[in-house]
Amino acid sequence: MSPRLKLFIPLILFTGMALFLFRGLSLDPRELPSALIDRPLPDFNLPVLGQERLLQRADLVGEPALLNVWATWCVSCRVEHPYLLQIAASGVPIYGINYKDEDAAAARWLAELGDPYRANIADREGSLGLDLGVYGAPETYLVDAEGVIRYRHVGVVDERVWQTILQPMYQQLSASGDRG
Amino acid sequence: MHPIRKQRLYLVLFIVLFSSAAAGLVMYALSGNINLFFPPAEVARGMAPVGQPIRVGGMVVENSVVRSDDSLAVAFELTDYEANVTVVYEGILPDLFGEGQGAVAAGRLDEQGVLRATEVLAKHDENYMPPEVAHALEQSGYDEKGKAQ
Amino acid sequence: MIPEIGHFALIIAFCLSIILAVIPSWGAWRRNTGAMALAPGLAVGLMVFVGVSFACLATAFLQDDFSVKVVASNSNSMLPPIYKFSAVWGNHEGSLLLWALILSLWTAAVALFSGQLPLLVLSRVLSVMGAVAVGFLSFMLLTSNPFARLLPGTPADGNDLNPLLQDPGLIIHPPLLYMGYVGFSVAFAFAIAALLGGRLDASWARWSRPWTNVAWGFLSLGIMLGSWWAYYELGWGGWWFWDPVENASFMPWLAGTALLHSLAATEKRGLFKSWTVLLAIFAFSLSLLGTFLVRSGVLTSVHAFATDPARGLFILVFLALVVGGSLTLYALRAPAVTSRVSFEWVSRESLILCNNVVFLVATITVLFGTLFPLIMDALGGGKYSVGPPYFNAVFVPLMALLAPFMGLGPVSRWKKDSTRRWRQELALPAVVAVLCGFTLPLFNASYNLWVALAVALSAWLVLGLLRDLWYRVRGAATLATGLRRITPSYWGMFLAHLGFAACVTGIVATSQYNIEHDLKMSPGDTEQLAGYEFTFIELVPVRGPNFVADEARFEIRRDGEVVARLAPQKRRYLATGQVMTEADIDGGLFRDLYVAMGEPIGEGGAWAMRLHYKPMVRWMWLGAILMALGGFTTVLDKRYRRQRSPAIAKGAVHVAQA
Repeated sequence: MSPRLKLFIPLILFTGMALFLFRGLSLDPRELPSALIDRPLPDFNLPVLGQERLLQRADLVGEPALLNVWATWCVSCRVEHPYLLQIAASGVPIYGINYKDEDAAAARWLAELGDPYRANIADREGSLGLDLGVYGAPETYLVDAEGVIRYRHVGVVDERVWQTILQPMYQQLSASGDRG
Repeated sequence: MHPIRKQRLYLVLFIVLFSSAAAGLVMYALSGNINLFFPPAEVARGMAPVGQPIRVGGMVVENSVVRSDDSLAVAFELTDYEANVTVVYEGILPDLFGEGQGAVAAGRLDEQGVLRATEVLAKHDENYMPPEVAHALEQSGYDEKGKAQ
Repeated sequence: MIPEIGHFALIIAFCLSIILAVIPSWGAWRRNTGAMALAPGLAVGLMVFVGVSFACLATAFLQDDFSVKVVASNSNSMLPPIYKFSAVWGNHEGSLLLWALILSLWTAAVALFSGQLPLLVLSRVLSVMGAVAVGFLSFMLLTSNPFARLLPGTPADGNDLNPLLQDPGLIIHPPLLYMGYVGFSVAFAFAIAALLGGRLDASWARWSRPWTNVAWGFLSLGIMLGSWWAYYELGWGGWWFWDPVENASFMPWLAGTALLHSLAATEKRGLFKSWTVLLAIFAFSLSLLGTFLVRSGVLTSVHAFATDPARGLFILVFLALVVGGSLTLYALRAPAVTSRVSFEWVSRESLILCNNVVFLVATITVLFGTLFPLIMDALGGGKYSVGPPYFNAVFVPLMALLAPFMGLGPVSRWKKDSTRRWRQELALPAVVAVLCGFTLPLFNASYNLWVALAVALSAWLVLGLLRDLWYRVRGAATLATGLRRITPSYWGMFLAHLGFAACVTGIVATSQYNIEHDLKMSPGDTEQLAGYEFTFIELVPVRGPNFVADEARFEIRRDGEVVARLAPQKRRYLATGQVMTEADIDGGLFRDLYVAMGEPIGEGGAWAMRLHYKPMVRWMWLGAILMALGGFTTVLDKRYRRQRSPAIAKGAVHVAQA
């Protein structure tokens, strides 16, 4: 090997490492495999926040929608709330699951900050949350027209999450729904 | 052979020998000291090796944490909502450990499919808070004594 | 208003860095003195504007301006002011700003303290550093603007600083660490400038040596503080975890240690020229790689900030440009011919070579262990983790191999030495060292072969150094004049090697003799540990500025005498509700007593308690401090201050132009 070529060895090694690093960017080391993707939304029968009537699974099914787990004790929910208002304003149906919370506090929150939700399920005991496998709040599920969970986002929904992940999936689901 | 050439030859030999010794050492150290992550569902399906160091991660099932009264032994269940794995551990759990929260246990599976953990790590994300902690926080904020629990 | 000023200052700094990266290097290429002479002024301007920007962010934190996003998510009105200030770099955006600030400080320092440098070299060096600054400032402006506002929707109070970071050690740990990390950019810039100029001679080694030594000293201090922080703040008495983020700071240190020694050989003997350049590129590349690993979230770690793939991609592209670019330059410009200078096998050169090989192999094994999970995941092999046993298993033999040669290094002569002289000089130290190794551990309750080995090796290092020092001073009329004759360079080496010996002793003694009891204790209970009686007196609730806590009061007796009272706490921080273990430690030169609280057990006030007896644990941090002092001392050497007059620098340019 000529002496000049030998000097390229560090460059070649680095290139190899950089490829691995690039691949690593698209992997999430903290990901916990979720068992719920592509499973139907579990059945439930829970009161609507601030109302007497009960809401069932059937009430949510029919069109693609977002299911947002939130609570007044959740600091990060306050961060994502303005963004949910924007998403709702663009015509996307959002159902809220008010998770392990007090009804009065939740009603006050919605009155103060605005209400992006079609309806809010009052999951006071966290029973629906348990069926869904909710880790905490906030969490957002994308459910298709047949009531099948298509995606679960753990953490705050912000512009980046919406535009890069949720919105493309949502549009795809609505488009296929229109055809069918 | 020219003295400088000879010296270079020895130098290269030395570096090659030393590097291969180091590589051997790395392989040896790696073989015994890495462990693979398994979700509880895979453990339940028998995909995880028995007696090998592994890690199992999932949520700590509510009301599953059982503590001994006279020692630091503790047992709890980890779930991925498909299957549960029982973990036994003796020692002090991390601050962020709690029921309904993510945790990862490292240890070995025994014949009964129980994970004998040597280390328990709590998962944690600053933007993501479990409700119990937040509730406790609210109460401690108003509680004059400032005492939680 | 103030955040907008800060943002604006950052944009101006960004523009200045582009000018600094372009104009002086163009000037150096075209031999345009006017363009080259702009470099020092631009470097100082860059520092001023980044400094203004940093001051603005600090003001926003101190004034509780929660309309600024990073303030709202990382500070709280209840936070003590000193932590409000350190919260500036307790988050992704702010720590990048700190990084940029320190880079600009180093750049300005090079501009101000390099009167003896030819303008041609100085302008190239500053340009390279300006280019690095362009990368970091654009990263900040494009993906991580620290001055982003939360308008509308300003919260009434902030989210609070992560309690783990509310600690005095963490106020200065990141700045020191970054001083080290970023300081290697100076050595890197000198190496690139030398490659660009095509003149890889002893002079570039002499110019970059003091900078490298200082940066290495800061990095040693930074790593030491991080370890010290983990020891008393994480609450379980560990002091090194081989966590990816720790490795990220340790790898540049290892490469930097190799670089220091290799630079010495290049300066004194004109040897290993291309190799030294390569090491300088490595050391800084590993600093950048560390930044990538920490910020991109490709590896999990207790230290990681909230991560974002877009940021990761940006740093990766930047990393590829800087490292790929410099390695390409290296491949094209480094001298391919082997140097004509020769050396004998029995000489200081071959010992330095030995040092280099050991430290480089150590760097690569740490790098491999750190990236292994990522590689396996990328290949679809599953989610692996590589634990501390791997690193210990490869690291301990490497260091044990290093120590015998390390004892020979300072004593041996350049170019040609003789084994006979080594035998004469070192036979006595060797014998005494072995005796020490056998006898000293006898003073402890249990004899341990590892400790015996460590003591013997450390004694070998220390005695060899002392013997050499004695040879150097004994010819003088008095001891004082003899000591005064010794150069700061030598003292620096002396301190650093002494520090290494102390560090090794401390690490081995504390790992082997450490006693840990985890047990359930109720108030009134007593536990025996290594001859000490730990009594759990009572449990009391206490309240701090932004937390409430349960405090356990302990009394520790030895032979009936009270030796210490400890009060570990279990804190609950009010703003986040995060629970934190605050250990309490009775420290000493020969042993630490350490108590931390676990969790309450059952009714009746019983708690899980962690009691530790840690012999000589402080030696490793003292050793690290000695090493850092050694790094700083070498700068005082007179030979780095010669030829200060600007006339010579100008003369060099004229020669270059002619």
